[in-house]
Formats: sequence, structure tokens, C-alpha cells
Amino acid sequence: MSHENVSFHRTHMLPEAPPPVTETGAIKWMRENLFSSVANGVLTVATAYVIISLVMAAAPWFLNGIWDSPSLTACREMLDGRTGACFAVLTERWNQLLFGFKYPDELYWRPTLAFVLLFVAIAPVLFFKFLPSKLMIMTGLYPFLAYWLIWGGTILVPVMALLGVLAGVLVYRRTLFASAGMAVIAGLVAALVFWWLAGLVTGAMSGVLALEPVASRDMGGFMINLMLGVVCVSLSLPFGILLALGRQSDMPIIKWICVVFIEFIRGVPLITLLFVANVVLAYFLPPGTNFDLILRVIIMITMFASAYIAEVIRGGLAALPRGQYEAADSLGLDYAQSMQFIILPQALKISIPGIVNVSVGLFKDTTLVSVISMFDIVGMIRGPILASSEWNGVYWELFGFAAVLFFITCYGISQYSQWLERQLQTDHH
Amino acid sequence: MAAETQLKVSDEVAVEITKMNKWFGTFHVLRDIDLTVYQGERIVIAGPSGSGKSTLIRCINALEEHQKGSITVDGTVLSNDIKNIDRIRSEVGMVFQHFNLFPHLTILENCTLAPIWVRKTPKREAEEVAMHFLTKVKIPEQADKYPGQLSGGQQQRVAIARSLCMKPRIMLFDEPTSALDPEMISEVLDTMIELAEEGMTMCCVTHEMGFARKVANRVIFMDEGQIVEQNEPEEFFNNPKSERTKMFLSQILGH
Repeated sequence: MSHENVSFHRTHMLPEAPPPVTETGAIKWMRENLFSSVANGVLTVATAYVIISLVMAAAPWFLNGIWDSPSLTACREMLDGRTGACFAVLTERWNQLLFGFKYPDELYWRPTLAFVLLFVAIAPVLFFKFLPSKLMIMTGLYPFLAYWLIWGGTILVPVMALLGVLAGVLVYRRTLFASAGMAVIAGLVAALVFWWLAGLVTGAMSGVLALEPVASRDMGGFMINLMLGVVCVSLSLPFGILLALGRQSDMPIIKWICVVFIEFIRGVPLITLLFVANVVLAYFLPPGTNFDLILRVIIMITMFASAYIAEVIRGGLAALPRGQYEAADSLGLDYAQSMQFIILPQALKISIPGIVNVSVGLFKDTTLVSVISMFDIVGMIRGPILASSEWNGVYWELFGFAAVLFFITCYGISQYSQWLERQLQTDHH
Repeated sequence: MAAETQLKVSDEVAVEITKMNKWFGTFHVLRDIDLTVYQGERIVIAGPSGSGKSTLIRCINALEEHQKGSITVDGTVLSNDIKNIDRIRSEVGMVFQHFNLFPHLTILENCTLAPIWVRKTPKREAEEVAMHFLTKVKIPEQADKYPGQLSGGQQQRVAIARSLCMKPRIMLFDEPTSALDPEMISEVLDTMIELAEEGMTMCCVTHEMGFARKVANRVIFMDEGQIVEQNEPEEFFNNPKSERTKMFLSQILGH
């Protein structure tokens, strides 16, 4: 039986007619979103008026901005009474804003290179789904390389530090068969002994492949904020995980140590901890000990952030259905395996928004170190730059610049985390 | 049919429970449970809700801790030693009411994780075994999907395959069809029947009395934490001894 002769059986499709103009594109969008009712229309017009007047008011300030001038006075002369920004302070003091005022000029390439390599190092972690996991070797080597580049000195120090870590891991693996707890302690002891011995060697051979050393007190600018942010976020995540697991532990001593630590740290303002790091800690250390200030600050901020991250992750752990723990148990996975493969991947995924929240907050809080007389970007602006006779009084341009730098970084982190959440979504495809 | 249910019951003991008691806080959930399961036996445990049947089978792989009496699984006495418990769990498969698949892993990864990390099977071999069992439960084509993309019946079949990949000596089923839409129950039951026909030792907590009639060697009726009655299915359904069993059966089969 053939359908060809049947009159109502159509042989070709009519071309699709476009929908009415009012139902497509910009007009439809505006009707739906801006002018859906009289009240909304009025609000839209009012908002547009406010935005336009703000832009009109700010535009001359940006457009008349002076980018090249030796001082604020010169800048004002050039503007000759007109409204305008004096961005020249940024170009003039660019290196100070980024590296502080004591880092040697001819060595700027070293932190700059470390900054560029940072992206190479974190890419395999951030995009673990798309890059081969072997690239993580670079991530592992990066801290040692970056230390050498920024602080200088003999290459033996970071190499020995790396070897010490490897020695610790090796001992840990060899003793793992006995018990996990003993293996951790054995690994730590091995690393410490190695570092102590290596300290004697590097002390004697401080000239081997040495870069010109730069002391911690000579560092400053946005570099310090980035260093503290990157180091403290990457350290506080593993510590936070351990604290969160410890808080859920069946072993009462471990549990209470974690609870007391978390509750104590959360109950104290970060600024107090920083003062402790700066001043009080010195009383407890043996006289003559030179305990690097940046290291002390890193320890304090890491403690602070890991307590918060621990609580975020605890929320993630609590949100997992009991069935996941039971299924992992029923397959015979031991505690470490079920945490590593089943519980933590899911709990961390749930915790991403919270972890990012803490990380972004921590990164911005690194500016608090300006209060304990470290010259980070805010410290540089408030101290050497605003105090100088040339640039006394240039507030908007400087703090605006600092704000833009922080905004770019934090917005980037937040966009990445949203992308990551979408990547990890496994249901409803 | 009757002859089929009597098949292949050996003298080898798979699970031996003697005078086992369990409390949740002060609530006495299981009272003096005595139960011996032989290798190759298919046991169905029935009873009203709250009678302790799920708790009983969860004690067998130590998901719940018992406080008195002893449980011997496959020759090993359950103790508090974690290594001992992990070893027993790797020999005892468990299928849950809510499947409990790992949502962040693909179906194949769900099935290979434990063989690779607990049994130390090489990855490729574990994947071959997993595909074998996924084929057996009739969903090999879903291997690369995530659990969230599968229907309930499919997820439960994956859960069965995941347990089988560990080559367990005993399988525990904790109400495997109770969370399923009606039209998906039979596909899961068919898988379980196939498994029973191959001689797997099975302890099933279920309300599917048709399944009990068809494959069980023994039906156990529990109420208020005690084993009230146990018998082969024909006798159990046609000629229940205790009043409580009669009442339960009339309620569950009455309409």
C-alpha cells in the first residue's frame, strides 16, 4: 500500500515562519525583564538614570587621568583645576606596590618567574580532569622552586627539604604494614632527622648554586598577599580535612584535641593571632632564636583558616547519607580507603562553596599583616607611599588599585569554583 | 517446585549465631537469637516492621554491633578487631534497600573499587570481572554512566553486581525491593532468583512472599526481636504454627 496518492499526506515541509517581532530577541527580553509591569518600568527607568549619572560623574575622573607625572603636585598642575585621577602614582610606584620597597630591583625577575610558574603548578590540580596526573609532579616541586626563587640562597636548602619529604614518605610507606599511626610518626621522625643532618651540610656549603639571598623583612607589596594566600589556602585544606575527620573520630582523645583546637581558634580574632605571632611568640622561644616572621604569620593564618575549613567540611561529612558509610564498610574497605575513595570526594564536593568562601576571606584577610608592620600592599600604600612627600593624599587611586587586584583574584576563584561544581555534577545529564 | 527448593543444602555452616542479644541504648532489639545458615541455603526473613529483621542481618557483617552471644561467619568469630571485621565484610556481600551506590563514581568504578583496593586485583582484571557481572545483571551498556542516570531497578541490579564482584561466600539482602517502583521489582527479583539457582548462600529480608515461596529453603518469622517460627516455605505458608505468624500472613496475603 502506498501513501503517495493520499492527498493529505504532505511531501515537503513548509518553511518555518519567524515568530512575531515582539516575541524574539532584545525586545522580548526587555518586555519580560525590564518592563513587565508599570511599576517595573518606572523602576527600570529610575535605575537607568542612577547608573547613567554615576557613570557620567566618574567618567571625567578616569578619562582625564594623568598616567605620567613625578608627584601629586605636578599632577594637579597638569590637570589645571579639572577633575581627574592621578594614576601616575601607580606607574611611578608600580614595583613598590608589587614587591615592596626593599626587594632588590635587579632581582624582580625572580618573584615574577615564581608567579608565572605558579599557574603551571596549580593547573594540574585545578583542571585534574583534563590534564594528565603526571603533571602533578610540577605541583609537588613548585613550593621548593618558588622558595629558592623568592628567598634565594643555595639551592641545597630546597633540595634537602624536598629530599627530607621524600625520605619521610619512603619510611612511611615501608612501615605502613605495621599500623598507619606508627607509620605517620616514623615518617615524621625520619624527615626531621634528615632535615637536621641536612642543616649541617647546607650550613657548610652555603655557596653551592646560590642565588643572592633576600631576607623576609625585605619583602612586601602584593607579592606578600599572594604568597600568604597561596601557601595558607593550600596548607589549611589538608589540615582542615584532618581536623574535620578528627572531630568525628571514635577515639575520644583525638576528638577532644580537635574540638578544643577548632573552638579555641574560632573564638579568637585573626588579628590577635597575628599579634601573638609577631610579639608574644618571641617570649616563648629560646633567646636568640631567629624564627622567620613570614613563617610565623603563615602558621597563624593556616591555623585560623584550617579551623574554619574543618567546620565547613564537617558540614559536608554530616550531609552524606549514612548509607554511603555503610556501603563502603560492607565492601570491606578500611577506614582510610573509605575516606579517600568514598566519603571525602563527596563531602568535599558538597563543601566547595564553603571552602571557597573561607579561602576568599582568608586571601583578603592577608592585608591584616599590615597592622603588625609588614609591608604588604596595604602596608605599602599606608606606609611608604602615602607618607612620601610626592604622593601624600592620593587615596582613591591607590586603594582602588588594591581593590581591583583583590577583586580580580577573588572573582577568579569564585568563577573557578562554580565551574568545578558543574564539572563534578554526576546526575541528571 | 517443592523438590527444587530442597536442592543442595550442605552440612557446611556459613553463619552460626548463638544466644545473640542486641540493645539500642536501653531498647532490647534482638533477644536470644539462635540461627544456623548452611552453605548454599536461601533464607528469607519476614516479620512486621520493627521486629529486628534488618538489624539481625546487619549484625552478620558487623554494621551493627551485638552485645551478647556470638556470631561466627565463615569460620571466623566476629570480634571487635577491625582487621577481623574488614575480612569478614569482604566475604559477605550486602545489598541495601536504598542501593547505596557511590554517586560520584561510574557504574564500572562502583564495581571495581573494592576488588582493586581490598582484594588487590589488577585494574584490568577487575574490570573484566565487573563487566562479567554487569552482563549477568543485564546492564553492561550502562557501565560508563553514573548511578544518578539509572532507574531504581537498574541501580539495585548494579548494587547486586557490585557485591558479586567481591566474589562473596554469602549475600545479605536488606529489603532490596522495598524502595522500588512496582514495575521494577520483578527485574530485581529475577536477578536474585538467578543468583539463588546458582547456589549462592543468601539471607534476604523481604516482604516479597512470592519470592520466598519460589526460592527459599527456609522462611524465618521474627517478631519483637525474637525468631518466632521457622520452616520450609510450603509448611510456613500453608500451615503456620503460631498465632502471630497466622496474623502476619493473613495481613500480608489477605488482599
